[in-house]
Amino acid sequence: MITRRLQMLRLAGLAALALLAAGPALAADTQVAVAANFTEPAREIAAAFKADTGHTAILSFGSSGQFYNQIARGAPYEVFLSADADRPRRAEQDGVGVPKTRFTYAIGRIVLYSRTPGLVDQGGGVLKAGKFAKLAIADPAAAPYGAAAIQTMKKLGVYDRMKPKLVMGANITQTYQFVATGAAEVGFVALSQVIMDQGGSRWVVPAADHTPIDQQAILLYPGLNSAAAKAFMTYLKSPKATRIIKRYGYEVR
Amino acid sequence: MGEVIWTTIRLAGLTTVLLLVLATPLAWWLARRRAWWKEIVAAVVTLPIILPPTVLGFYILIAVAPASPLMAPLQQWFGIRTLAFTFEGLVIASMIYSLPFAVQPIRNAFEAMGERPMEVAATLRAGPLDAFFTVALPLARRGFLGAAILVFAHTIGEFGVVLMIGGSIPGKTEVVSIRIYQLVESLNFKDAHKLSAGLVAFAFAVLLAMLLIDRRTDRRPL
Repeated sequence: MITRRLQMLRLAGLAALALLAAGPALAADTQVAVAANFTEPAREIAAAFKADTGHTAILSFGSSGQFYNQIARGAPYEVFLSADADRPRRAEQDGVGVPKTRFTYAIGRIVLYSRTPGLVDQGGGVLKAGKFAKLAIADPAAAPYGAAAIQTMKKLGVYDRMKPKLVMGANITQTYQFVATGAAEVGFVALSQVIMDQGGSRWVVPAADHTPIDQQAILLYPGLNSAAAKAFMTYLKSPKATRIIKRYGYEVR
Repeated sequence: MGEVIWTTIRLAGLTTVLLLVLATPLAWWLARRRAWWKEIVAAVVTLPIILPPTVLGFYILIAVAPASPLMAPLQQWFGIRTLAFTFEGLVIASMIYSLPFAVQPIRNAFEAMGERPMEVAATLRAGPLDAFFTVALPLARRGFLGAAILVFAHTIGEFGVVLMIGGSIPGKTEVVSIRIYQLVESLNFKDAHKLSAGLVAFAFAVLLAMLLIDRRTDRRPL
């Protein structure tokens, strides 16, 4: 008799739990770690996501490397938007990312950019002439944008000549600061960083000149049962999100 | 790896020597003046502690960029386009960053000494400069040693400012703290651990040596 009553209680408890969990219609929050170079589009996407689904994506911005280190040590992020493909892949291998949820949400493009109008020409002839003191790139060991810059210079056959002029930003944001302040006259920055302003001079490096800069997203285990986290992953691929991503100078696959 | 360590030690050593030379007259002035408004100067000197180093570094980057009015005379007279990405620029930035750590201990030492020794020296017909070098400096030696320890250690551990204006050029502006950060960022933990352990051991040895010297100077009579 008593066991039966206990069983009933347990069933009722389970039902209550199920009711709580099965609330897809209920708005929920999800913690998203976003690579700093994707700050602006992520904010816009989160706003559209909220308007369309009612869910709130709480965005944290930082470097992909730091996020990876925190996530590998139990940070409570549910979704990770990295600035590369390597760290989400590692997250999956390390068992902190959910397998088969990884996809490329944006493909970065690099631009040879200068604050000085007329300095950068189409085709990168400015690098062959070399009439400047410093060329800024992102640290190629840590940032795919830096690796792409080096591939581009090698393709143009100017890498050895540019080596003494190179200054390295720890990431693409810092590289942009070097160029934006004029401390370095020229630099390889992300198209997304300069697409919104018209000044200076620029050459958008053809995508074929370097390995594609895939920025990947992955669902993390803390978000495994979160409807909001999964909805955000799906929303990233929606036409609306894709339009925002493209407007900021990224491509999508 | 040896190059990075050498750059770091050179930067910290040069910053320490130059900053002590610069901070001494400033600390003396702050210790001797009675006027209340000298504390305005003292507050300005202490400001670098407040700003996050990367923010301070960002302002220094703007200040030393070619478009900055500060750089115009340097460009005109010496043909220096920018101080960013140069070793000299890092020394100047490190001096700004560590200024309070040099001025404060020396000022305290001068103040603790009081007016009396200088007055006695004057009655013995020592000129002010003579008295300063033979009486005030030796009496304030613990302050100098403290300042040197702090500035040297602070510069070795400096990260944000160098990150913002250095550009990590091997042999010139790439220092140990930056290299460790890059190693961690590129997930190369093995080398990062090695270099970090080396940095901690080195810093410990230097600090211990200086503290032991401090004990000895304390005991030695004038």
